[in-house]
Amino acid sequence: MVLQFKPQGIYCPAGDFFIDPWRPVDRALITHGHADHARPGHARYLCTAAAAPVMRHRLGEITLDTVDYGETRQIGGARVSFHPAGHVPGSAQVRVEVDGEVWVVSGDYKTEADRLSEPFEPVPCHSFITECTFGLPVFTWTPEEDAARQINDWWAANAAAGTFSLLGAYSLGKAQRVLSLLDPSIGPILTHGAVENTNVVLRDQGLALPDTLHVTPDLKAKDHPGALVLAPPSALGSTWARRFRPASTGFASGWMRLRGVRRRRAVDRGFVMSDHADWPGLLSAIKATGAENIYATHGYTDIFARYLNEQGWNARVVPTEFTGESLDASDDAEDAA
Amino acid sequence: MKRFTSLFTTLDQTTKTNTKVAALADYFATAPDADKLWTVALFSGRRPRRAITTTKLREWAAERAGIPLWLFEESYPIVGDLSETIALVLPPPARDHDDSLATWIARLRALDVETEEARKAAILDAWDQMQPHERLVFNKLLTGGFRIGISRKLMTRALAQATQRDEAELAHRLMGDWTPDSTSWHALIEAHDATADLSRPYPFCLAYGLDDEEPESLGDPADWLAEWKWDGIRGQLILRGGEHFTWSRGEELVTDRFPELARARDYLPPGTVLDGEILAWDGTGPMSFNALQKRIGRKTVPKKLLKDAPVILYAYDLLEQDGEDLRDTPFAQRRARLETLLQDLPPEAPVRQSPLIPFKSWDDLRETRATARDARAEGLMLKRKDSPYHSGRKKGDWWKWKLDPLTIDAVMIYAQQGSGRRANLFTDFTFAVRDGNDLVPFTKAYSGLTDTEFRKITAWVRKNTLQRFGPVRQVKAEHVFEIAFEGIMESTRHKSGVSLRFPRMKRWRHDKPVQEANTLEDLRDMLTHYG
Repeated sequence: MVLQFKPQGIYCPAGDFFIDPWRPVDRALITHGHADHARPGHARYLCTAAAAPVMRHRLGEITLDTVDYGETRQIGGARVSFHPAGHVPGSAQVRVEVDGEVWVVSGDYKTEADRLSEPFEPVPCHSFITECTFGLPVFTWTPEEDAARQINDWWAANAAAGTFSLLGAYSLGKAQRVLSLLDPSIGPILTHGAVENTNVVLRDQGLALPDTLHVTPDLKAKDHPGALVLAPPSALGSTWARRFRPASTGFASGWMRLRGVRRRRAVDRGFVMSDHADWPGLLSAIKATGAENIYATHGYTDIFARYLNEQGWNARVVPTEFTGESLDASDDAEDAA
Repeated sequence: MKRFTSLFTTLDQTTKTNTKVAALADYFATAPDADKLWTVALFSGRRPRRAITTTKLREWAAERAGIPLWLFEESYPIVGDLSETIALVLPPPARDHDDSLATWIARLRALDVETEEARKAAILDAWDQMQPHERLVFNKLLTGGFRIGISRKLMTRALAQATQRDEAELAHRLMGDWTPDSTSWHALIEAHDATADLSRPYPFCLAYGLDDEEPESLGDPADWLAEWKWDGIRGQLILRGGEHFTWSRGEELVTDRFPELARARDYLPPGTVLDGEILAWDGTGPMSFNALQKRIGRKTVPKKLLKDAPVILYAYDLLEQDGEDLRDTPFAQRRARLETLLQDLPPEAPVRQSPLIPFKSWDDLRETRATARDARAEGLMLKRKDSPYHSGRKKGDWWKWKLDPLTIDAVMIYAQQGSGRRANLFTDFTFAVRDGNDLVPFTKAYSGLTDTEFRKITAWVRKNTLQRFGPVRQVKAEHVFEIAFEGIMESTRHKSGVSLRFPRMKRWRHDKPVQEANTLEDLRDMLTHYG
């Protein structure tokens, strides 16, 4: 086996390295900076140059080596390369080739292009280890412009009514994607510290984001009427959010496709926007790899694998500790979008 | 239909009451009459007859979506709503339409006489003209469940705003036996009410629970009257024009289910409306709720049941006398008139008065309340002497002072995911009591925990599943919960030999190990005492 599933994570014996391991290891290849994939405590890290600034920001002093997309590295007996996953800026799939056999680890991915992430590229392989966070036929995304229009309309209506727009979005990836879609002519954009810190890192990298104002303790909400406030979902119901009154609350996530979830979150508006592939996206990505063997890591794995098997693939479920886009974003799963 | 869908979406998207009322009022001020009438009907639980079985809808939706049926069935509990699941799996619509709500409903009803093939073609064609939001609403028309958090009261308030009419009067007009076929918007809402339907009940006056408050907070006991709070079916008995009608609190016409009450016509004059409790009566006093329960849900009553569990109306209020609406008369006076009206009835009359409980101080009443179980009551009702008979629930004049529920500490052994708002959360649990080294399941419970607690237990269940039986997971016997319930009865259907009334989780007993949970013997003792 080119890759094996070990208690520490996905392991390559030929190269003696792990991919997105959840226990401390000597050598870790990291697909992207979300907390369930990039964990602290490994001796050596390898990721794309585009993912590195966020990794350093989140993990602090780490021994980090970088590669460009498509660049090949020989690690022991394995040839390794990183390819765009379209999930968040810098995110990658990892291709591992040993003696002519090719495996690809998808990490988290999204097939629809957005304005910030490097667009997803299918990588031909024999075995494909895929996420399936939204691996059910009820999850199909509408074009990004739909959500953009809904968010801007909502914001404009709130601003006209003298109400703040409090929008929950995960601080790495989703928040910046939302920013890239906002119409700054509607009003000022305020950001929670967790979002702003990531903005700073990504702006330094050259990503074009509209101007934002960091909400500091001395900021007076009434000085910024009609503002849209972008914050991690867990901050929506917190004392932090209380200074913005009156406010309409919104949440941008793939889970907002389901009314039940929207109602449970008790937000006023749910905007369907995910950084993960939808059902058609997952199926088209899998087809495009030409792989025969599919390993489903996180999401609706049992159902998804059963369906793939029926359709003629050789699909299996692999238990991992990845969480994908967390349904009930609590603090620890905050970044896992 | 687009206007109605947009209303539905707005109502569904906000948690703010004022926004809901404003959206409804705007709709009632602008939509065509036929649509408004159907909207009032749908939001008050009057739905068109189901034209197509949900089994067929699932099959057709899966087929149209190009997915196997099992995949549809797996998706359904995760979405938590059948109408929504169908709306989401279908491919995007090929075209658009501009037909009204009433038009679509008429179209659906016309399907009644069509072949299955024609029905299928019509439904697929409809789906193909609608965006997911609209499909969801359309499917709800098909499957007939319109529970979207719009209370009757909220709708009535919006209607009052839109029509500039009195809210209580509208609430009364909306009661009773009408359907969109039997009336019109004008007749229901606007017309002079002289020809009102004889069967029309008054909106029930509802009480709030005293909960943790003490009755002292209600002020001078001399301003109050007290009665037992009975454990039966709240009902309104209407005698008008030589006929009689019995309504349950859920606004269901239950006249035929309680034929005993027909004889009330022999003893009371037309133009009389009584509010009271329908109770099984053994000739001298109320029987347990278990006796009455056998009659609930039965449209026709076999002779044996009529003999074993005969019912009476235990009346506690007089709403109409000689055709005059008494609801604005102070309660003490209504009560006095009720007593005069009923005092000379013979014991065989199916109507009796629920007695007042004399008391001087709140402490007197506290002592009486403690004996409620012996009187086969759930507690006490406190009613302000000068209170009118309100429409619906209004804080201040009527209070329920219930007994504390019975409780037992039990071990969680099975868990199942909820649906709808609770989809993807484990919320449905089976609990067991100890019996030696065994755990004997005795009840399920679904409610009582906070969302945070449900999330916590969900994370725990995921990590501590021992075995799966379809959607049900057997979990490690580790957590103890205090289960509260209102009654206990013998049951041959349950392994434990008991069944509970209204069980819910009162507290998560983090402090209790499994070894300290209650036993089957404890449960049997409770059955002996309270069954």
